[in-house]
Amino acid sequence: MKVTVDEEKCCGAGQCVLIAPEVFDQRDDDGIVILLEAEPGEEQHAAVREAAAVCPAAAIELTGRD
Amino acid sequence: MAPPTPEVTHPEDVLIVGASAGGLAVAEALRRKGYRGRLTVVGAEPHPPYDRPPLSKQVLSGAWEGERTHLRSRDDLDRLEAEFVLGDPATGLDAAAREVRTASGRVLRADAVVLATGLTALRLPGQDDLAGVHVLRTLDDALALRRDLTTADELVVVGEGVLGAEIAATARGLGTGVTLAGLGDAVMGDHLGGLVGGMLTRLHAGRGVRLRLGVAARSLTGEDGRVTGVLLASGEWLPAGAVVVATGSRPAVGWLAGSGLTLGDGVECDARCRAADGVYALGDIASWHHEGLGRRLRLENRTNAVEQAQVVAANLLGEDRPYVPVPYFWTDQYDVKIQAHGFLTRDAQVDVVEGAPEENRFVARYTVGGQVTGVLGWNMAKAARLHRRSLAEAFTPEKPHA
Ligand SMILES: Cc1cc2nc3c(=O)[nH]c(=O)nc-3n(C[C@H](O)[C@H](O)[C@H](O)COP(=O)(O)OP(=O)(O)OC[C@H]3O[C@@H](n4cnc5c(N)ncnc54)[C@H](O)[C@@H]3O)c2cc1C
Ligand code: SF4
Repeated sequence: MKVTVDEEKCCGAGQCVLIAPEVFDQRDDDGIVILLEAEPGEEQHAAVREAAAVCPAAAIELTGRD
Repeated sequence: MAPPTPEVTHPEDVLIVGASAGGLAVAEALRRKGYRGRLTVVGAEPHPPYDRPPLSKQVLSGAWEGERTHLRSRDDLDRLEAEFVLGDPATGLDAAAREVRTASGRVLRADAVVLATGLTALRLPGQDDLAGVHVLRTLDDALALRRDLTTADELVVVGEGVLGAEIAATARGLGTGVTLAGLGDAVMGDHLGGLVGGMLTRLHAGRGVRLRLGVAARSLTGEDGRVTGVLLASGEWLPAGAVVVATGSRPAVGWLAGSGLTLGDGVECDARCRAADGVYALGDIASWHHEGLGRRLRLENRTNAVEQAQVVAANLLGEDRPYVPVPYFWTDQYDVKIQAHGFLTRDAQVDVVEGAPEENRFVARYTVGGQVTGVLGWNMAKAARLHRRSLAEAFTPEKPHA
């Protein structure tokens, strides 16, 4: 699984950080998403999928098979 | 005591009405959970699922083309293996038979039906007979308003809530003259309380928005079928080349009359978002019992639509999950980004707990009766999220036998 984030779409909601804190963080100043782990390990996949689904700005994209 | 686990029988097919944030999210969540049955998504609009928050921001400003709001690529939608029936609004539901009729005459039946038809914007009397008067709910609304903004010198926005405030900010950014008129005494005061409402009011005034607060719009004036202005209850007349009516919305439940469902402020659901056997509702249209608050709640925000969809998908597949979210929304106006967690009511005591209003960066905590009910970030998104923890108590169900 490969994760990409679109900083321009991100609204700083931080839902992704609540769900997958090992993969996502937020910038201190404007809250925009920081991708900590572009190719997260297997154990993170379920959380990352949920974060991508719940992100209110559709700013998280997942590619690759599993 | 936990209720007995119901027998797990997956629906053979699921019919989703409303092809937007919430409708798409429930379809995706079902697939992610391994559901292989038939999925049909019915939508009133011809567009594939798109996102609404950018409509009053990036689309209205012209920073984004309309297509950029599409929530998924065509490939992603294909991979979902759902049948999209678009441009064909549902006109009726028989909840007991789980049968939906559409405008074109389709009759669709499924084991489970999910209702996600969102809101309908309120209008002023006579508005539909006048060109140049807008509401903003759909992509087509946004593009039509944008076209008018490129020619009108003066815009009047009626409604000082979040939508009116965002439209005023975006229009000022385009150099349009803007008057914002509303019943409340402060911009978003009803939603964010006095301190922040006052700051937003000053922010807009500082950017040259003329404010007419605490006064009702009485009527629209027009000439030759085109709007010329807005008459206020005070007698003042505000000239306008274009008008936006942003006085609020109502759940789009008109098509559910006679369905057998209970319709109050939206579709009334239980704590599991279930409106009737095999019928669920989510997003802006759904009023459900929030077990943490011990009362009925209906939210109109973007995260609610997708979070509620996760719970509905789980319950459709035999889980027994109550929906107990901490409400959250954001708004962008000029260079201010506000994040609002929980309830930020007028009666709350508001304390600044980080940063400072003078520095244009702060986190405020809202307390009612000794309990923290809300956290607001003003250009401090991350810090606000960290303070959100203090809300847990107000939104978490008490232990059983309460
Ligand atoms: C301009 C604007 C800006 C916003 N900005 C923000 C923001 O900054 N932050 C935030 O948190 N929230 C914001 N929101 C709110 C957020 O967009 C909504 O809460 C969210 O879209 C709700 O999703 P939903 O799926 O429940 O309903 P909707 O997105 O309203 O979707 C309902 C869908 O159902 C369709 N439909 C209606 N009737 C029928 C029918 N009879 N048959 C079939 N289909 C039907 C509609 O065409 C629509 O596509 C904004 C909303 C608007 C309009
Ligand atoms: S959930 Fe989405 S919008 Fe929110 S911080 Fe993460 S990427 Fe940004």
